[in-house]
Amino acid sequence: MTVVTYRTERDRPRDAAAVRPAAGKESARELPPLSHDEIVRYSRHLILPDVGVEGQRKLKAARVLLIGAGGLGSPLALYLSAAGVGNIGIVEFDVVDITNLQRQVLHGTSDVGKPKSDSARRRIADVNPHVQVTTYEEPLTSANALGIIRDWDIVVDGTDNFPTRYLVNDACVLLGKPNVYGSIYRFEGQASVFATADGPCYRCIYPEPPPPGMVPSCAEGGVLGVLPGLVGMIQATETIKLILGAGDSLAGRLLLIDTLGANFRTVKVRRDPSCPACGTRTLMELIDYEQFCGVPHAVPETQISHGVPEICPMEAAAKLERNEIEIIDVREPHELDIASYPRVTAIPLGQIAARIAELPRDRDLVIACRTGARSARAVQQLQAAGFTRVWNLAGGIHRWIDDVDPSQPKY
Amino acid sequence: MPATLHLPAILAKLADAKVIESAGATVGALVSDVATRYPSLAPRLRDADGQPYPFVTFYLNDEDIRFHGGFDAPLADGDEITVVPAIAGG
Ligand SMILES: [Zn+2]
Repeated sequence: MTVVTYRTERDRPRDAAAVRPAAGKESARELPPLSHDEIVRYSRHLILPDVGVEGQRKLKAARVLLIGAGGLGSPLALYLSAAGVGNIGIVEFDVVDITNLQRQVLHGTSDVGKPKSDSARRRIADVNPHVQVTTYEEPLTSANALGIIRDWDIVVDGTDNFPTRYLVNDACVLLGKPNVYGSIYRFEGQASVFATADGPCYRCIYPEPPPPGMVPSCAEGGVLGVLPGLVGMIQATETIKLILGAGDSLAGRLLLIDTLGANFRTVKVRRDPSCPACGTRTLMELIDYEQFCGVPHAVPETQISHGVPEICPMEAAAKLERNEIEIIDVREPHELDIASYPRVTAIPLGQIAARIAELPRDRDLVIACRTGARSARAVQQLQAAGFTRVWNLAGGIHRWIDDVDPSQPKY
Repeated sequence: MPATLHLPAILAKLADAKVIESAGATVGALVSDVATRYPSLAPRLRDADGQPYPFVTFYLNDEDIRFHGGFDAPLADGDEITVVPAIAGG
């Protein structure tokens, strides 16, 4: 396990300026004092009735673990550090990709290609040098989750896939750590607080995940750039409320955010007595979450085409030139404007079944999409419908751009 | 009983509507009616046996129908049903 602890300015409370624990307050006695610099920095909090000096010291003492420094983790890291949460952990092993920058405001253009944990540490140090940052540059797994999470008070789930969401949920229930949940897709978001003492957990709402491919990822389906900011801010607010013990937490409620309809509403979430995690407690250790979510082991998106005949872009381009094949592009209409194949028939994946009669059975068909995942599903669909002369374009438009037409952008 | 079904954007696309007016004695009956009227939406609302999925939660007004009999939860005039599928983006 790689644990990188980055410390900037150490808290050196000056004797004269340091705020001493209020006399007679049992709970306050263990809280760290605020330095003179900190008192000035947090003055807008200190004059706020529900925060005050004691609340600010609770924030300073708090240990919050962010799972992911992506769309949700970015605003969380920035605002929680600005607010003075004293210890922030970040589990993130990814590197910054240019397509992240549309929403992942923790990282900048100069960080592209570098580890997200590096830009996270640098930005947080600049926002608030009083924050101690710990980064775990590894994926969260059943093997390391309990060991990592055990050291923290509150976990904030900013992951982007079902296996890790169930993993975070179960680990938090097992360890009794509150799990501040947020999730986004396209224009809509959800937020809640799970695994509090008497509260429900993620499995109480969704006992099982959808089969892979039923719900496209943000990489496939897109996401409005401001949406993770909105949902991440709700998570940051809930985290601070938990630390301060202020207000009514989202525990027991699921907040539904609809940006297009400009609607926020909450629905009730109850602890399910039959929930294996928080109800019957029959789930006593972490499981294989990839298997639970039906994800094939270690198969990248571009190779899901198991048993599906493939053709590489170079060969397809040559055959297209000789008019030996037809390319069927199964991407969504708005994707066609970004990068395109020459001379294609465009039928979105969802319409293949309804428009199957439009496809010739006496021609060699090459099905194409962005990375080869959706087109593999279309090939299987066509094979099931009796098509025999059908191939998947390996690697989709990404590999087409690499191998055939570098003039077009990847997305 | 006449009631209203609210769909998230991803499912609304399949029905060309965010809100569907329908009716039924139970949530399941209403879902069946909607499934018949919108065949492409049907497999996203319930499984092949007509049962709810564990990853698509139905809220009757503010309550998860799982705690009120599932698809057998009775409907009252003017009830609002909200479909909330699991999403995982972050
Ligand atoms: Zn539960």
